[in-house]
Amino acid sequence: MSQPIMKLFAVIVLLFAILVGFTSRWSVFEAKALRDNSLNKRPLFAALHVKRGEILAADGSALARSVRGPGGTYRRTYPTGSLFGHPVGYANLALQQLSGLERFRNDELSGQTNELDSIVTQLQGKRQAGNTVRTTLDPQAQRVATQQLEAAGGAGAVVALDPRTGAVRTMVSTPGYDPDQIGRRGVFAQLNAPGSGSPLLDRVTQATYPPGSTFKVLTAAAAIDSGRYTPDSTINGDSPKTISGVPLRNDGGQSYGDISLTTALTYSVNTVFAQVGVALGKGTMADYMQRFGFYRKPPLDYPADQRIASGERAANGRLLAPASPLIDVGRMAIGQDKLTVTPLQMAMVAAAVANGGTLMKPHLTDRVVDPDGRTVKTIAPVVDSHVMQPGTASQLTQMMRHVVEEGTGTAVQLPGIDVAGKTGTAEVGAPGSGLTQPWFIAFAPAAAPRVAIAVTVERSQGGFGGTVAAPIARAVLQTLLR
Amino acid sequence: MSARNRELLGLVPASLLVTAGFAAVFIQRGSLSNVSLTYGAIFLGLCVAAHVFLRVALPYADPYLFPLVAVLACFGLVMVYRIDATLARQQAQWFVVGLGLFVATIVFVRDYRKLEQYRYTIAAASLALLVLPRLPGIGAQVNGAYLGVRIPGVFVFQPTEFAKIGIVVFLASYLRDTRQVLVTGARRLLGVTLPPLKHFGPLLVIWGIAMLLLVVIRDLGSSLMFFGAFLALLYVATARFSFVLIGLLLFGLGAWYLGTHVPHVHDRVTVWMDPLNAHRYPTTGYQIANSLFAQADGGLLGRGFGEAMLSTPGGGPLLPAPQTDTIYAVIVNEVGLAGAIAVLLTYLLVVQRGFKVALLARDSFSTLLAVGLSSVFALQVFVIVGGVVNVIPLTGVTLPFISYGGSSLLANFVLLALLLLVSDRARRPA
Repeated sequence: MSQPIMKLFAVIVLLFAILVGFTSRWSVFEAKALRDNSLNKRPLFAALHVKRGEILAADGSALARSVRGPGGTYRRTYPTGSLFGHPVGYANLALQQLSGLERFRNDELSGQTNELDSIVTQLQGKRQAGNTVRTTLDPQAQRVATQQLEAAGGAGAVVALDPRTGAVRTMVSTPGYDPDQIGRRGVFAQLNAPGSGSPLLDRVTQATYPPGSTFKVLTAAAAIDSGRYTPDSTINGDSPKTISGVPLRNDGGQSYGDISLTTALTYSVNTVFAQVGVALGKGTMADYMQRFGFYRKPPLDYPADQRIASGERAANGRLLAPASPLIDVGRMAIGQDKLTVTPLQMAMVAAAVANGGTLMKPHLTDRVVDPDGRTVKTIAPVVDSHVMQPGTASQLTQMMRHVVEEGTGTAVQLPGIDVAGKTGTAEVGAPGSGLTQPWFIAFAPAAAPRVAIAVTVERSQGGFGGTVAAPIARAVLQTLLR
Repeated sequence: MSARNRELLGLVPASLLVTAGFAAVFIQRGSLSNVSLTYGAIFLGLCVAAHVFLRVALPYADPYLFPLVAVLACFGLVMVYRIDATLARQQAQWFVVGLGLFVATIVFVRDYRKLEQYRYTIAAASLALLVLPRLPGIGAQVNGAYLGVRIPGVFVFQPTEFAKIGIVVFLASYLRDTRQVLVTGARRLLGVTLPPLKHFGPLLVIWGIAMLLLVVIRDLGSSLMFFGAFLALLYVATARFSFVLIGLLLFGLGAWYLGTHVPHVHDRVTVWMDPLNAHRYPTTGYQIANSLFAQADGGLLGRGFGEAMLSTPGGGPLLPAPQTDTIYAVIVNEVGLAGAIAVLLTYLLVVQRGFKVALLARDSFSTLLAVGLSSVFALQVFVIVGGVVNVIPLTGVTLPFISYGGSSLLANFVLLALLLLVSDRARRPA
């Protein structure tokens, strides 16, 4: 019987080899796919046991931190409540809901910078701990902007950049929400309910508003930088003018006669800029829009699906091709037509002019610091695009100073500081409803800009950029330039 | 070196393993005390006691079987302790009782060949044991399978664990009688060698019983284990592969029918074919999917003792039945592929020693008994590990000597005692 016994043993060895093969398959060869499987909640639960890094404001104060919870897990708290709800976002790990910086910097915050580092940490016997993310956000200005927006009537956005580096100094969207409450039962549904005012929508990066006359800054940049116009070029500013076969009026139907481009910007003369837009054509306008960042998601260390591109949009919400026959370039040049923008995009327009024509990539993160206090990553200023020549930028700066000194933006004047800016008041809602979208974009000090800002308020009852948005910009500028 | 001295030496790594294992678990919990040494010392004491007994009772028995089993048992104890300290204390008590039963078996079944005289009694008793869980009032259904008998206040007794030994004893004895006739009376039909009908009849009955088991206890794994052991014995007894083939075909046919007609078995089969199905994940697929996720979490070298995640932060089970059915997944999670292979190799060594005993045995019954016991042991490992790694549908069989469970530990100690008895007779100088 010894022959069959040997063969039987060979069969059993084979069976065990199959077991070894399958164990290898799950534990090694297909381990990564299994770890990434959406049904696999282990990485998620493991994350609850990791002390997530803090998120700090520019001054080092905590915007988000983890405190010990039950059973060796950690709980996320947001000491500043709703104040930084939008830029910081929330991390509800148990439900795998993350947004904002919490989501974009999740790898750093959870300490999973890379697989190899994690393994080395494990071998050293250290507990995995998250890195701290220090932002460029200024709590004081954030507070001022929030208060001002809420006082102005509710929904709106303020975003301020350092034009030299792209650092985001202020990022406020109202109405806000308290990330501390987001994990509670029913809160999420409540925040998304109709009539809640969409507090989870980050209006800085996700809302698309008609830019109104603030867009004339871009048209002026294209006009001068293309060499077709100078600030002193005279254009007839009578009202009405027929643009694309339809009469276009100035505000209040006022006729200005032959005026310079500077004067036209100072008093926001629609007919002049519409003619300039038509003269430049769709090609040139599209070229400059793309240089400023239109038609692509604005670069920001922020989740991609929480950023939206600016540009002409069809009725179904899709971006139109820059050369589409559906575009009325004359009306687009004054911020009308089907043009929609995010406040961040308009802040980038102001920042590009402020920085001598060079647009820096906006960023919220200043640096990432490991638990031992070592800086593991510094976000260096990165050029996004060269929008216009420095000469164009300085000429445009002078023009925008006139707006504040004597034009529509006088409400933003600050004692001892030159502000360059541009107002905008887009009509929204049904014709005759009197609902407007007031805007103000600006930078200061005009000679050596340190802050570029965009402010807008949603559905104002008859407010103007110069009366509603400019005072908010002024308060925030004052705080940031203190 | 004499056999018994080699055995004594073999116990040293087992004690070191249990001490180191407990120490690792304690360190992970942040409270290293001399308790780990105490556990190691008690364990070593028990094993040495058993060894001294073997020295007297079975001086010629295989020297490696007992230390190998001791390694498995102590590893199991550490794993169970790591999963649930209370269960580990019970398991340690069962270990003591198991050693007692081990000694008792060796003392009372000294001449194991007498078992042949009682083969039909043993067969009947084994079948009765198998049907027990279906009896109303005492049967316990676990995950749809009828594998346990609830003895109120004491524990859930798993009769299949003991039945497997009885069935092997019966088959070894029956085949010793009929193997000659089965071979010589065989006829060839259509190129297939068929056993004579007169003797094939009883084998058909056994097949029928295996199928009945599937229906009665509703457990594919146990049936596979029993029927596999039967086929292994049939093959060794007759050296006719065609018999095995016929048997496998018949079993496959029956398994297919039941897999498509018994809902509980059908569930297991569908989950087996697509373990990561999102639709079935929350219900029938949860255990196997999380078993695979646990293994993926372990990787090559594992997370370390005590580091595997067994429950959700909310306290719910992340890996259901970690101390019994899915303990192999916990092993892969904590000691990795490397550790799991070591465990499988230890089992394979036990089986190898068992087969060695069979080869050395001087009479057919002894050979068949050793083959049967080793095969059923190997198949039990294959069925449960195969289930956990999704080679076959997952079923509720224990991992011998490692899984938590009194019945399993006791029955496997009896199995070990029988193997050692056969071994002692085989190696005794004439």
